[in-house]
Amino acid sequence: MNPALNTAVNAGMAPVATPWFFYVLAGLAIASGVAVITRRNAVHSALALIVTLLSVAGLYLMLYAPFVAGVQIIVYAGGIMVLFLFVIMLVNVERASKDRRFNRIWPVGLAAACALLALFVSVFIKGKALFPDRGMTLPESSNTQQIAALLYGEAGRMGQYTFAFEIASLLLLVAILGAVIMTKKKI
Amino acid sequence: MPNFITSYLGSKVTPGEAGNQFWALIYVFIIFAGVALTVMWLLNWVERKALAHFQIRLGPMRTGPHGLLQPFADALKLILKEDIIPAQADQFVFWVAPMIGLLASFTVYTVIPFGPSQAVSDMNIGILFMLGVSSLGVLGIVVAGWASNSHYPLIGALRSSAQMVSYEVAMGLAVVSAILMTSMNASGTGTLSMLGIVRAQQQQGIWFIFKFFPLGFIAFAIFAIAMVAETNRTPFDLAEAESELTAGYHTEYSGLRWSLFMLAEYAAMIAVSSIAVALWLGGWMHPFPNLLSSPAWEFIFSLCPGLTFVGLAAIAFIGAARMPSYSFFRIQRLGLAVFAAVLGFVALLLLVIAVAGRSGDTSLAARFREGIDYVYWFLLKVAVFIYLFIWYRATWPRYRFDQLMRIGWKVMLPISLGVLMLTAIVGVIVS
Repeated sequence: MNPALNTAVNAGMAPVATPWFFYVLAGLAIASGVAVITRRNAVHSALALIVTLLSVAGLYLMLYAPFVAGVQIIVYAGGIMVLFLFVIMLVNVERASKDRRFNRIWPVGLAAACALLALFVSVFIKGKALFPDRGMTLPESSNTQQIAALLYGEAGRMGQYTFAFEIASLLLLVAILGAVIMTKKKI
Repeated sequence: MPNFITSYLGSKVTPGEAGNQFWALIYVFIIFAGVALTVMWLLNWVERKALAHFQIRLGPMRTGPHGLLQPFADALKLILKEDIIPAQADQFVFWVAPMIGLLASFTVYTVIPFGPSQAVSDMNIGILFMLGVSSLGVLGIVVAGWASNSHYPLIGALRSSAQMVSYEVAMGLAVVSAILMTSMNASGTGTLSMLGIVRAQQQQGIWFIFKFFPLGFIAFAIFAIAMVAETNRTPFDLAEAESELTAGYHTEYSGLRWSLFMLAEYAAMIAVSSIAVALWLGGWMHPFPNLLSSPAWEFIFSLCPGLTFVGLAAIAFIGAARMPSYSFFRIQRLGLAVFAAVLGFVALLLLVIAVAGRSGDTSLAARFREGIDYVYWFLLKVAVFIYLFIWYRATWPRYRFDQLMRIGWKVMLPISLGVLMLTAIVGVIVS
């Protein structure tokens, strides 16, 4: 039993996070993740990606982070994937996939994949020294409130991550503005 | 095991909170059966009758007295129809699309607060969960339109996805301003839980629609408009616009599969109405809970469910009495009289429970009375919204697509942003 689960059980919560659920969700995520890159049909890929995202949301729930799970469903599965499907349907993907590719992008992709794999392996080997022994387990009944306290601070004090959070929101704003400027010829 | 089942009856929390899977399952079955039956029979009949009367027609009259059995006949027809999958369609996706919509709209019901303990579970992220899962419903529509491999469904699906993504933004902002209001208490902590939001209204002694007037009302109005767009109902039903796209995204669907789409749409209507009721209209509370809370008023309000059924029974009896006196109508008259008698029996039962349970809240009758009260007031408010949906459909013509987008992005989004900011400012000033 992992430490996070131990704290959760000590806090008087029923252990929904059984290994069985974890293996089902993780297996689903991996299987549909593989389907995303192997399916030739773009819509099938998008549907498989939705299943991946939903099973990852399930994993967040198992980590007693319902807020992150809810946001994952709203933002990724509900919002972004609908836009993905929208674009796939607007653009004629079938014809595009038959066109001859003149850029050789796969060595770059291979290198990136290898780098990611190396990162995962190194985290797996050295993870015990790199990360704190037990993760932050927020009580499930007030998870949202705890996250708010971390992000925005409470009782007049600044939260632990307020600055990073605001920087990230600025980054997103820049991306939104960029998208508008790129699509609009004249503003 | 019997202890596990009976122990829940003494507690005053939802089955999810009590960790009681048995009662959670029972609740799920009751809700599923209730919603399916309401949608299939009651909503279908009421919508057709109401629309007909709006247009000075009679509507279904032949199958059963006043067409009461017409929905069952239709359901039977749909089940018996040949199940067609177009040859050029994407078989698997075509098959799975109706299920996505149905699953999304029914999963939402797990967190709807019919009463303080009359919900399957109370989630910390209740409203977030409801918005997220109900936004998955659009995937069913989009995928159905694509899998049909036909022009009209594809256009319908494209319209629907653009529409839902646009209106979700305004809807979410309106919801956030209601959630902000939950934090106007001593501790300054708000909540996302559906039960928590209704309880916050109880504590503050005001429905959020009246809070910071007119801010609460504007947020509610924006939600009320956006939810019509979210459920693809007239005047925002561009995804299935008959006059332009035959039937939009479900043109190629027939029989049972088509009826699954209809079931999903109506279930989603009830679900979004429940969000509006829980967030702005005080959920399970009866009107004026802070003023009229004396035992006498409580008793009067607890008589309402019974009296409603008395009224329904009276209408049915009058209908039976006014049937033409041909021999042809004898069976119909008898059937309607029996139906009225059943309604009257239900009314009697509810009145007996209300009278027997008026004393305290220890006896089983009192628990029943309380539960019936909560569910009654919640469902009554939802029913008003459902009627509004039908009324809109009879009244307003369909928007053009550019008008729809303009309202969504250029009118509703700025207004809801402004309301959100004003709510925050007023909240800071007041507290």
